[in-house]
Amino acid sequence: MFAAAGDSMLSHGMKQTGSISLNHLQGVIYAVLNPWVAIGILLLLAFFSTYMTALSWADLTYVLPATSLGYVMLALVARFVLHEHVSPLRWLGIALITGGVGFVAGGPELTKHPHGDAPVGNPCAVTASPPFDSAQGKLLAKDARNGAPGVEV
Amino acid sequence: MKGIYTWSAILAIVFASVIGDVLLARAMKQVGDVGALRRRSGLGTVIRRTLGNPNFLFGVAAMAVAFFSLLFALSWGDVSLVAPAAASLTFIGNAVAARIFLHERVDRRRWIAAGLVAAGVALLAG
Repeated sequence: MFAAAGDSMLSHGMKQTGSISLNHLQGVIYAVLNPWVAIGILLLLAFFSTYMTALSWADLTYVLPATSLGYVMLALVARFVLHEHVSPLRWLGIALITGGVGFVAGGPELTKHPHGDAPVGNPCAVTASPPFDSAQGKLLAKDARNGAPGVEV
Repeated sequence: MKGIYTWSAILAIVFASVIGDVLLARAMKQVGDVGALRRRSGLGTVIRRTLGNPNFLFGVAAMAVAFFSLLFALSWGDVSLVAPAAASLTFIGNAVAARIFLHERVDRRRWIAAGLVAAGVALLAG
């Protein structure tokens, strides 16, 4: 549930960054630059706050790959809105990023023990959202990973 | 000679943005779950606690350094080299730094993901 909310939140933020870079691509038109820049800054702020929100409950190594979906979004925008040509090499790049994000999204989003001595390499890890001690952002669950294996979120 | 300048600027970007990301991540872990905090004590508390966090401020400063390094790098090298190199090296550097400084458990799954994303970004931005 948490992961789903975060994913939608991130993709929301990503669309916003996507349109910023879009504005940059059109930045040659300096006459209309000022309103675009204002919108761009607003969107950048919105993206930054969603990014920080995601960082408040998920690992950096979880959030960052998800953020890179923005590149994918950007390429898709370029293809379908700007009707640019997207080369096969770039499609391969899109596929790689998407694969990487899928990889990390299947795992747990937060390291529960700061001094990670947890078992490594449980390929079908549980994506349970462990309960938070919201005051300190620390996890109450001792090992959220030892739940029922293979549970999808 | 120009290559050395370009690559040192790229390294500066990577270092600064990795430091910035790690500091921001640490700051937000200290602030705690923003959603829960906002429900309990309002948006003002969240903003005040975030902006008052020294890690957050240093993180933003590091991000600014990264941005200016990017400007320097772009003045020395091609954007088709600088952008993909800096972006993909940042991903790898972040995985390493998150493991060392944030004690995140970067398992095989996350290494693979970081590698895939770095390769993909390099292809896309190239």
